[in-house]
Amino acid sequence: MSDTHLSEEGRRRSALFNRSSGLLKIILRTLGSIIVTMVGLLAITFLIGRVMPIDPVISVLGERATKEAYDAMFIEMGLDKPIVVQFLYYLWDVLHGNFGESRLTARPVIEDLIRVFPATMELATIGTIIGVFIGVPLGVLAAVKRGTIIYQIIRVVALVGYSMPIFWLGLVGLLVFYGVLGWVGGPGRLGIFYVDLVPTVTGLILIDSILDGQWDVFWDAVSHVILPASLLGYYSLAYISRMTRSFMLEQLSAEYITTARVKGMSEWKVVWRHAFGNIKVPLITVIALSYAGLLEGSVLTEIIFSWPGIGSYITTALLSADMAAVLGGTVVVGLVFVCLNLFSDLLYKVFDPRAK
Amino acid sequence: MKQVTQFIAAMAVGVTATLGVPPSYAETPANVLVIAHRIDDITTLDPAESFEFAGSDVSRNVYGKLVNFNPLDLSAGYEPDLAASWDVSEDGKTITFTMREGVKFHSGNPVTAADAEFSLRRAVILNKTPAFILSQFGFTADNVAQTIVADGNKLSITTDKKYATSFVLNCLTSTIGGIVDMKTVMANEADGDMGNSWLKTNSAGSGAYKVVSWKPNDSVTLQSNPDFYKGAPAMKRVIVRHVQESATQRLLLEKGDIDIARNLNPEDIAGASKSPDVAIDDELRGRLMYFSVNQKHPELAKPNVRLAMKYLVDYEGMQNSFLKGQYTVHQAFLPRTYLGAIDDKPFNLDIEKAKGLLAEAGVDGFEIEVGVREAQERIEIAQSLQNTMAQAGIKLNITVGTAKQILTRYRARELDMYMGAWGPDYPDPQTNAGTFAYNPDNSDEKKATGLLAYRNAWDPGAMNQAVEDAVIEGDRDKRKAMYEAMQRKHQMESPFGVLYQKIEQTARRSNVQNLKVGGAITAVSYWPVTK
Repeated sequence: MSDTHLSEEGRRRSALFNRSSGLLKIILRTLGSIIVTMVGLLAITFLIGRVMPIDPVISVLGERATKEAYDAMFIEMGLDKPIVVQFLYYLWDVLHGNFGESRLTARPVIEDLIRVFPATMELATIGTIIGVFIGVPLGVLAAVKRGTIIYQIIRVVALVGYSMPIFWLGLVGLLVFYGVLGWVGGPGRLGIFYVDLVPTVTGLILIDSILDGQWDVFWDAVSHVILPASLLGYYSLAYISRMTRSFMLEQLSAEYITTARVKGMSEWKVVWRHAFGNIKVPLITVIALSYAGLLEGSVLTEIIFSWPGIGSYITTALLSADMAAVLGGTVVVGLVFVCLNLFSDLLYKVFDPRAK
Repeated sequence: MKQVTQFIAAMAVGVTATLGVPPSYAETPANVLVIAHRIDDITTLDPAESFEFAGSDVSRNVYGKLVNFNPLDLSAGYEPDLAASWDVSEDGKTITFTMREGVKFHSGNPVTAADAEFSLRRAVILNKTPAFILSQFGFTADNVAQTIVADGNKLSITTDKKYATSFVLNCLTSTIGGIVDMKTVMANEADGDMGNSWLKTNSAGSGAYKVVSWKPNDSVTLQSNPDFYKGAPAMKRVIVRHVQESATQRLLLEKGDIDIARNLNPEDIAGASKSPDVAIDDELRGRLMYFSVNQKHPELAKPNVRLAMKYLVDYEGMQNSFLKGQYTVHQAFLPRTYLGAIDDKPFNLDIEKAKGLLAEAGVDGFEIEVGVREAQERIEIAQSLQNTMAQAGIKLNITVGTAKQILTRYRARELDMYMGAWGPDYPDPQTNAGTFAYNPDNSDEKKATGLLAYRNAWDPGAMNQAVEDAVIEGDRDKRKAMYEAMQRKHQMESPFGVLYQKIEQTARRSNVQNLKVGGAITAVSYWPVTK
């Protein structure tokens, strides 16, 4: 009896140990893949930065610098060392939380990223919410109403959103909704007279203004974010609705759907419970990728709307050979992709029993 | 990319025309000036380090200098600012400034000769990019204790040799001549940096405005100094917002959400000028467009070939087409409004004359490579040159590249011909004379790559001495005459074909008065502005 009890206890412990060690393995494997991805990303960006046709020394000194000044700066910037050594020095600094100082902004890169990333995040999040809440039902509707005029209209709407240059849409949107109708605020995150009224907590003005109880600032921020976010949302909507339609069409032509209909199940249940239930997993990937794409920074949207986000930050830095800023921005974008991938993997496990 | 932008801007303008420009809905407050400008070039606000256009705009309004320009009368040249007067020693090497009494920094500290001494010494010791403007007078980190000295209410600066007083004083009007509040700056010193890190993002001046905030690629906010010694500015606050797109700037201006748009393209200038609420100002800036030919090339080294090429440019045609409103024909190396600038235009498009000169030189057509940086207006100029020069048998092969690609070859004297732009470093004629017309050692070993004459392997001969003489001429009028003569000779003999001078077009709400963006010699001044 006692032996049996011990052996059961041992089996339980052994199972627990196996589960724990399995979990540990997964965590280690995930961490390992993140580290390899990030180091690889940094290495490639670093290499591109060194071979692209912008002279970082001339960027600092100007084209009329003397040879002596040029050579001195070349050494000061560490460009005389082998590229591998330069990269290892950089990696060492990054591992110690030091992303360097941006030459363009005269501030630590990490400080800049803390300032610009929330601006992009605010825009991208609202854009994605719009994209998901409109795009998914539209995609489902298009699949259900295949061959009808509704299907054609949704197709055209998606096609226009997908193919129209966002730069052009932005300018025209600004002209119509801000310039002519006056329904929305102009470029920038806030009107001139609301800037700096709210203390920065999260960097997301919508959240910070609520936390501070400044509702006039909140509504001003809403009036400024709504147009660029809607444009990004439209772009995102076009992609999400196309993919949703495609996934749904595949499901709706499956035999189990026919069986469900033959059994007399209501069309609502057939579509939403059975067909839509089975496209959740691939749809998560689509939404995550779409969100990641917007978080990466929609450079053109940010330029038109004078939105100080990460896209324009990295682009400006790249054009000025401000490599510390470019690499710092790349790390953030890389992390965003990795984190969203992990998050979508996690959601797989929630929605797909086979992945548990 | 720029073509796409221009196309889209044109589309937006078209849509504007179709829908009709809305009436203005709002106005900025009467004592606040709101400006849309591209300010992504600001890398620092420290006057000892700042060397970019948008940074100079901030600095000019924040820091007083020993001598300065009156924004409402730039042609008058420098005038007393924080220095009430000055004397020059008999040997011409020492200038002694008497400081103005009763001026205070934004902190409330009085402006003293010791602050001026600290500021100039600091700029030399820090040795940042613009430090050459001071170090060209022989100031070094080792000798500033002896050469820049405060004594009571006076500050003396002693140069290594005699220079024209106007040369020294013109240089002190540059951003690097800004006088900082020594006590405030040193209170923020870190690791012996003389407050450089702190001053990059803060201000400690005595000018009309102080910096409230600078958010890179976003905005600069200035607050007026009620104790400004020339009187409190009418605009209590100046907000400069970074707005990259011309079409967006125009929209904001026409809506009345901003008072000034600094970067409208020609299409938007044309559109905005139709609004009764908008006025357009033109000001000449210092930037020149030029081409130059390498004197190592056997054909290009012939004087008549160089001269002929200057008759093979459609100056008027380009000015009146794709450069309209942005550039004006200018054919001398000093921008108009500089001391000694001339407005002579000896060249026009004259194919027959050029052919005659080429025949005299014994040249019967040749083929050369012209290097151009990938900027639309430069490429278009190069294409026009390609067309007109081909009519006289000179075939231009255009190589378009990035700054790195083209400048590296230009500096290495590898390009047959270069088509590009040049902007002066400081508001004295020496800034351009010392590079367009000066190259005392033309040998490859010298590697004087900072000099344009060197980059074209050109030995200016007697002009070297003329440049050196002009730099030490104490009499301002004589000095002016020297530069005038130098440029006329340079026009006819040098391998440089100066083509155009930049015009800056600024769009403002009609109620904004006295806005001066600084002409060719300085930066914008906000303190005279009224609404």
